[in-house]
Amino acid sequence: MNTYKLEKKTKVILNSTAIFIAIILMMWAQNSMSSYGLRILNLIAINAILAVSLNLINGITGIFSLGHIGFMAVGAYTASLLTLSVQQKQQVFFLEPLIWPFNSIQLDFFSATIIGGLVAAFFGLLIAVPALRLRDDYLAIATLGFSEIIRIFANYSVSLTNGALGLKGLPNYTNIWWSFSFLALTTWFIVKLTNSTYGKQLKAIRDDEIAARAMGINVKKLRVIAFVVGSFFAGIAGSLMAHLLTTIDPKMFMFVQPTSVNILVMIVLGGLGSTSGAIIGAIIITFLSEWLRFIEGDMNIFGHVFHGIPGMRMLIFSALMVILMIFYRKGIMGEKEITWDYLYNLIMKFKKKAPVEAKVGEE
Amino acid sequence: MSIQNFLQYLMNGVSLGSLYALIAIGYTLVYGILRLINFAHGDIFMLGTYTAFYMITLLSIPWWISFPLAIIVTALIGFSVDKIAYKPLRNAPRVSALITAIGVSIFLESLGVVVFGGRPKAFSFRALHYPKELYKMVVIGGIRIQMLTFVIIIVTALLLLFLVWLIYRTKVGMAMRALSKDIPTTKLMGINADKIIGLTFALGSALAAAAGIMWAMKYPQIFPYMGIIPGLKAFIAAVFGGIGNVKGAMIGGFLLGMMEILIVGFFPQLAGLRDAFAFILLIVVLLVKPTGIMGEKIQVKV
Repeated sequence: MNTYKLEKKTKVILNSTAIFIAIILMMWAQNSMSSYGLRILNLIAINAILAVSLNLINGITGIFSLGHIGFMAVGAYTASLLTLSVQQKQQVFFLEPLIWPFNSIQLDFFSATIIGGLVAAFFGLLIAVPALRLRDDYLAIATLGFSEIIRIFANYSVSLTNGALGLKGLPNYTNIWWSFSFLALTTWFIVKLTNSTYGKQLKAIRDDEIAARAMGINVKKLRVIAFVVGSFFAGIAGSLMAHLLTTIDPKMFMFVQPTSVNILVMIVLGGLGSTSGAIIGAIIITFLSEWLRFIEGDMNIFGHVFHGIPGMRMLIFSALMVILMIFYRKGIMGEKEITWDYLYNLIMKFKKKAPVEAKVGEE
Repeated sequence: MSIQNFLQYLMNGVSLGSLYALIAIGYTLVYGILRLINFAHGDIFMLGTYTAFYMITLLSIPWWISFPLAIIVTALIGFSVDKIAYKPLRNAPRVSALITAIGVSIFLESLGVVVFGGRPKAFSFRALHYPKELYKMVVIGGIRIQMLTFVIIIVTALLLLFLVWLIYRTKVGMAMRALSKDIPTTKLMGINADKIIGLTFALGSALAAAAGIMWAMKYPQIFPYMGIIPGLKAFIAAVFGGIGNVKGAMIGGFLLGMMEILIVGFFPQLAGLRDAFAFILLIVVLLVKPTGIMGEKIQVKV
């Protein structure tokens, strides 16, 4: 079958048009959508950042990490401690005063988020160097262990994280401009990375580590790079999430929390190894988890009031996870990506097919 | 710390450790054969205690029938979990099986929340009419020990003896050991692998249910997420002992329980980090000796 390739010039035009349309749409959303709708859009962007970055680790490099939420926690806490005003900190930390230097500084949202990401990346590096010596499910368990340790420390070190009470009254900085810009940045960076030589080497490692090593690929270094990049963006997503919800506490970052499980469902649904798949998964799962809220609320059916059952959504998502794995392991995209070329080929295929089918009909 | 205190802690450690050992064996049996971490094991532990609880409160079956009956029912649950969720994935990549196991785990937890309600329930002798004599204190040489501690240790010992007999002295056990070495060849020898694997799941679940009931008597509160922490810790115990190795799981369970209690005993100010110890231990073990203290060396195939 022929594959069609677009010219570079056409792609530039298409890209700029897409960005222009996206900006118009965002302006429209900002002005005329309800706050609930905006919140969902924000959540979609944040979840997509998480899914794309986890997909780099799990899907593209083949490191089965269960610790993503731990890095999100690190980013969320770091950024929140930096954006809270000094007065607010004194109010929040009434059990034990906050330690220096956090007790006397306040930064703007952008720097705080970037620093949050960097600290998460640093933790990622700390964890990656020892843990990536393991493989398969040992690695999964070790990363889960690390994220649990982070959470337990967040609960324990009261003078840094305010313990189980968490941080409250964070400034509500996250809006769709911030979240979608960061999503664009994340996607751009990770797509560039996966299409580079590094990315191809990462995929080689995933497919056959021993063969990759035999080809002279520095497996250890590349896996660490992928892990650290993934944790950086998880930290950024954590900061965005914290400033959207305006309150964080250690319980949010447990492995069994919907956030953690849903990210996994997103990348599995989208297709492990596909960045566009991760974004599609994030959109579907975020919508679904909002839409399914009606199950947990009260329902009135033919005059009967059925009381909502809390926990129903998690039940559906976990069942979805199992069903996907049994019947639909490839996910929506498999390992394919949606690119302009992909769309173009799709259109050409459709165009070519149509007359052929018509002919068959005539005969 | 006096020697008395130390012995006191040691005794508590042994009773906690024996519960870990019982759960850890479930992980090890399944991992030994399928190379699958059955994440849902902790939740089967939870289902076991809830089954016992509802048999007594709803069906008013006396405790001495419901406890064994709950263990049998849980064994059936474990068997069906394997049939429904894991069996279709026998030839799938390991990551798919692992994701499924996580899915099943969260499914059972949420099912627990939906069906049983999220609020903790009291698993006390008053509510369930099991003998309150279990909570009596016995003083031996200045150490105060609950009767329950002895019961836990004795029941665990009996179950473990039974298990060792089953694995090393019966045909079923021989089939299990053969499967853990090489599934295709074992099938060629005319062994129904699916049946044995199902049986393994049932056996592991039964042990988890026994541990769950005793756990709930020790800490008399049950809730749908109760299986997570004991499950993870028992898994760590299994890795510690060398996952896939039954004796290793027993040793790992006892050691982990004793270490946990002793560390908290010696450094009470670190009690808040209690759950972190197990994870730190896990990571240290994985890094120093990934196959655990009793484990065999894994060969990477080229």
